[in-house]
Amino acid sequence: MKSVMRNGWIIGLLALLGLLLVATKVIQPNFGQSGLESLSRAALPFAFAAAAQVIVVVAGGIDLSIASMMAVASVTAAVMMDGGAVPAGLTVLVVLCLGALMGAINGSLIVLTRVPDIVVTLAMLFVWEGVALLILRAPGGGSAEWLRNIIVGGVAIPGLPPSATGWIPRSLLVLVICLAVIWVPLRRSRLGLAIYAIGSDQLAAFRSGVAVGRTRIAAYSVAGLFAAMGGLSLTMSTGIGEPIPGPYLLASVAAVVLGGVVLGGGRGGLLGPIIAVFVLRLVRMDLTLLSVDPNVTTIIEGSIMVVVVMIGGLLAVRSRRR
Amino acid sequence: MTEIGAASPILDASGVSKRFGAVVALNDASLQVASGEIVALMGANGAGKSTFVKILTGALRPDGGHVRIRGRDRIVASPAEARQSGLVPVYQEPSLIPDLDVADNLRLGRTPVEPVLHWIQELGLGGLRLDDMIGQLPLATLRILDLARALASKPDVLLLDEMTAALPTDLVERVLKVVRRQAEEGRSVIYISHRFAEIAELCDRATVLRDGATVGNVQIEPGVEERIVELMLGASMKPGETAKKKQAVRQDGATAPPRLRVKGLGAGAKLSDVSFEMGRGEVLGVVALEGQGQDELFEVLAGFQRPDAGTIEIDGQAVSFSHPADAIRAGHTLVPGNRADALLMQQSVRDNIALPFSARPKNWGRIAMRGEGERVANAIERLQIDTRAQGELRRLSGGNQQKVTIGRWIATGVETLLLFDPTRGIDVRTKRQIYPLVRDLAGQGASILFYTSELEEIQLACDRVVVIFGGKVFDIMDAAEADEQTLMRAAYGLTGKALPGAAEVRQG
Repeated sequence: MKSVMRNGWIIGLLALLGLLLVATKVIQPNFGQSGLESLSRAALPFAFAAAAQVIVVVAGGIDLSIASMMAVASVTAAVMMDGGAVPAGLTVLVVLCLGALMGAINGSLIVLTRVPDIVVTLAMLFVWEGVALLILRAPGGGSAEWLRNIIVGGVAIPGLPPSATGWIPRSLLVLVICLAVIWVPLRRSRLGLAIYAIGSDQLAAFRSGVAVGRTRIAAYSVAGLFAAMGGLSLTMSTGIGEPIPGPYLLASVAAVVLGGVVLGGGRGGLLGPIIAVFVLRLVRMDLTLLSVDPNVTTIIEGSIMVVVVMIGGLLAVRSRRR
Repeated sequence: MTEIGAASPILDASGVSKRFGAVVALNDASLQVASGEIVALMGANGAGKSTFVKILTGALRPDGGHVRIRGRDRIVASPAEARQSGLVPVYQEPSLIPDLDVADNLRLGRTPVEPVLHWIQELGLGGLRLDDMIGQLPLATLRILDLARALASKPDVLLLDEMTAALPTDLVERVLKVVRRQAEEGRSVIYISHRFAEIAELCDRATVLRDGATVGNVQIEPGVEERIVELMLGASMKPGETAKKKQAVRQDGATAPPRLRVKGLGAGAKLSDVSFEMGRGEVLGVVALEGQGQDELFEVLAGFQRPDAGTIEIDGQAVSFSHPADAIRAGHTLVPGNRADALLMQQSVRDNIALPFSARPKNWGRIAMRGEGERVANAIERLQIDTRAQGELRRLSGGNQQKVTIGRWIATGVETLLLFDPTRGIDVRTKRQIYPLVRDLAGQGASILFYTSELEEIQLACDRVVVIFGGKVFDIMDAAEADEQTLMRAAYGLTGKALPGAAEVRQG
């Protein structure tokens, strides 16, 4: 009973995703392995941005600086790897640390100044944007070839026939591993509980002995880490660094909402928003395939969001009455 | 546990003081608790009880004095540290995270599961599952769970704040039994409650606070209630100097139906069965300790909340409010206890007073500037509102802000005014202006329901008074007989001469 209630939203989203995949196949009969692969690769930065937003929103905050942090991570990686100046492995490590640091700075400012999350991260949106442009004035830099290959093509496992695993995009596997490595241990730790606790009821959390300030900083820090992964994925797939932040901020909030995470904090998981990212990407792809006017596309995307959240709310009310 | 001589108390707080800006909340509060002792901490509304509790539990830092546990000075920065030092509180609002399940909540506070389960059994909640979500459990269950969690950490001193308030009778019995056993095992308990019956049954001693200072320590023995009430009230009792003025107003009440008749009203967990009548031109006082259902009563009458049971009649006609606007249309207007709930702090005095004129959509058009100006000016004049800072309401003093909240209804014209503690936190001079104003309005035929936490105001402003205890009407008396001592006794559910039918209240 409880697991159905908890997972109802995800089951609904998966059904929606399946429906959209079928629709795609109908619209474009030769949609197959390569279509799936490019969809997954395009969704990668959006998925990391959504993951970053999820953890902050669950902790009761919101981070408007995610896209800017991604830009900083992207240009830093591109500059470091340009011409093979720094080994790619080291670059990845440095950029991930940089992301966590940027997040920690966001969180510390919120805790120390007691200025609301939305104001601090709005300010940091501009700060990180400026930092990215200082590092790299125009799109450029480079990326190691083997890094790029990690997210291109299908999965090949030695010993298995390519037809068994080849249809799974590598980028999807990378996404799942990167998210799971952070999220699964976090959900099983007291820090994870504390993050849900401060988002749910800050006073009760304080009285239960949770260090509220430190937990909030940690949540923003993990968000920074995910944002750095998003920035890296941008550099990996394009081969260059892009100092101007992409459309990832509002997309991340959209995925969080569509993914069943309550904006007030304390409720929701990572799986829903990640599925929501794919749903939103697929909708856009289908409408493009149908050669719908791009302006109409955004109208439809917005409408889907409101309708889905409304239906979810109605179902929740009905199940409570019963 | 190390043995400490019986003479030295486990908890020793003395000379504790705390001020918030200009307001002195505590000036000399003390509390000693010996091992195995159950001490009641008592005080009327505003005596500083909750501030003292916050200091004891580490949620606030005192400005002066000291708190020692087992003879060690204790500086606690957080509830977590207070817990480690051996004092574990159970607050009135459960400190459980609504979006986590029971098991996760225990994990969060590093509470071992086995003892909690044991205590849950002991306290009579066998049906609780570890994967139940906290947000979906009823309040009574949460309070028991909170208590079980506190017991599981084997505290030296257990602080229970109104532990039995939201519980049904069978759970109350079990809780009292468990608490008594704790004391027999040598643990100490600080017990805060409004229920004399429980205190008499359970406690060894009562420490009484008044105006931020500890004014007495009494052993609990039969008949001690009188002494405690006296201590809570202090020497300030002047015999009913103001049996006065209420002339003429009520004679018509004999024939016409009353302005407001409330029958068997119940709402939420706290308000269970309240009935009374209020005539035209009557000022009806309401007296109750905190959390006895008076908040719900006022919210229902103002249309903020729908009642679960009972009826409301206005001039003999049954009404039901589904929106505050319905209540306002029926002439019911609320002046809430918290001024900030009713006022637009950044707007001018004039806009605030004029707001109800334009509350209805049909009035959304052009504002009749001159008419509005006149009515506002009248209200300001009548209330003697200090208008030097009228451009922005938040720059006015609290007393003047309160006058604005009342003034807006004077300007609109009012039939039934619901005043919820209108003199809370305002200066004496303004208070003295508000009583005649209330009488004046009543003289013009308005009916006024007047809840106050300051008992002396009943005789200063009211005709009759309803005392509510445990969500039910405990007594209705004429203001002339309602001196502070009588009211205090009634508010605590102690009877001098109770209404017939109030007997079961006292047992519950």
